[in-house]
Amino acid sequence: MAADESYPEELRYHREHDWARVEGDTATVGITWYAQDALGELVHFEPPEEGASVAADQSYGEVESVKAVSDLISPLSGEVVEVNQVVVDEPEKVNDDPYGDGWLIKIRLSEPSEAEGLLDVAAYKALLEEQ
Amino acid sequence: MQTLRRTPLYERHAALGARLVPFAGWEMPVQYTSIVGEHRAVRTSAGVFDVSHMGQLRIAGDGARDYLQARLSNDLDRIGDGEAQYTLLTNEQGGIVDDLIVYRRGEDQFLLVVNASNVEPDHAVLSETDDVSADWALLAVQGPEALSRLGIEVEPFTFRDDHVLGVRCLIAGTGYTGERGCELGCAADEAVRLWDAILDAGIVPCGLGARDTLRLEVCYPLHGNDITPERTPIEAGLGWACALDKEFTGVDVLRRQKEEGTPEKLAAFVMDDKGIPRQGMAIDEGGTVTSGSLSPMLDQGIGLAYVDAGLAAPDTKVTVDLRGRPRAAHIVKKPIYKREE
Repeated sequence: MAADESYPEELRYHREHDWARVEGDTATVGITWYAQDALGELVHFEPPEEGASVAADQSYGEVESVKAVSDLISPLSGEVVEVNQVVVDEPEKVNDDPYGDGWLIKIRLSEPSEAEGLLDVAAYKALLEEQ
Repeated sequence: MQTLRRTPLYERHAALGARLVPFAGWEMPVQYTSIVGEHRAVRTSAGVFDVSHMGQLRIAGDGARDYLQARLSNDLDRIGDGEAQYTLLTNEQGGIVDDLIVYRRGEDQFLLVVNASNVEPDHAVLSETDDVSADWALLAVQGPEALSRLGIEVEPFTFRDDHVLGVRCLIAGTGYTGERGCELGCAADEAVRLWDAILDAGIVPCGLGARDTLRLEVCYPLHGNDITPERTPIEAGLGWACALDKEFTGVDVLRRQKEEGTPEKLAAFVMDDKGIPRQGMAIDEGGTVTSGSLSPMLDQGIGLAYVDAGLAAPDTKVTVDLRGRPRAAHIVKKPIYKREE
């Protein structure tokens, strides 16, 4: 079942519709409810290699629905320390639970201060209002 | 910007929460809930598609049969009154202007149902026909339970005028999904009543997204992707729809290609690696993907591609360039998906 629209308070948001949950020097990253709704039911997650470097604002992988492909944009810079294999096997988890079981990767941050530049939930919702 | 046209069912689609997208100049539902779910409904029970965007050309009167026989690839004399036939409209180079279904109402009375995006080019070539597209709504009801839920019988590639759920229709045993079912033509102002009755019969509304994945699993070509005015029926594997023993536009080219072979052929493939092929991707050994998707029934990437003729045999290993990543696939016999009997 697709999740209801929500944008948790505790997350930081990137304007390309990605979220980050920063905990110390690591961040969990995924796509927002808006992004998964725009794509439709996800059928493929093309993940980065564990150990790969990712840079803020750059693509680190792709997700695909039946009709569309979308680049995944990393909100933050660092090293990929974990890929969510559950989503690799069952991409629809992202639709079911975009902020929980549907997380995509975990990053060890190289520039933790970058998080300051991300949007808070109010700013992200304001961005969605303009879409 | 061009204004998008809407079918008589637009308000119904919007009320159901469909995702509406531009398609061939029309604002059409691509999905209501999920492409995968709608696809599976058609494979396992029954679904209904609004295909009122498709064009209808009519011709009647002395010489109508001769006129079409000289311009369409298939042999019109193979069908009788109340029968329908898949056929192609070709150009002087043997290229495919459109693929269509011709319905024979009488010896010199025919209806052609053509692709929405090709109504104008078709009408330019078949200038003696009347474009009656605006008068008609067309609903495709497809799936193993389609006919029983409608309470009708119709044999494949036959048609008749009759009532369906209280609405006067042209009932045709045709479709674009590989399933049993029918296409129902009715007057545009009756479309809402027919649609509502079909949904009340427990038939699932399905969008163009599922229509595309359904047709791809059974390897029905999509004009504009897999067949174009630059590709001939021989390369596309549609020689079976061409009567090369009669005269029609471009037949000389097709006879020569049939004799000599073509450098490329349209082949079906299934991904062995993960990943979804898409239109325009390269086949590294020689070829180009013309349609690609995830197959909801196989849960694997599938596609159609023009490949070098030497690669077109089933079980040939090929490599699809998925945005820079080489991914393994193999050629399969068409159709890609067939129900287990």
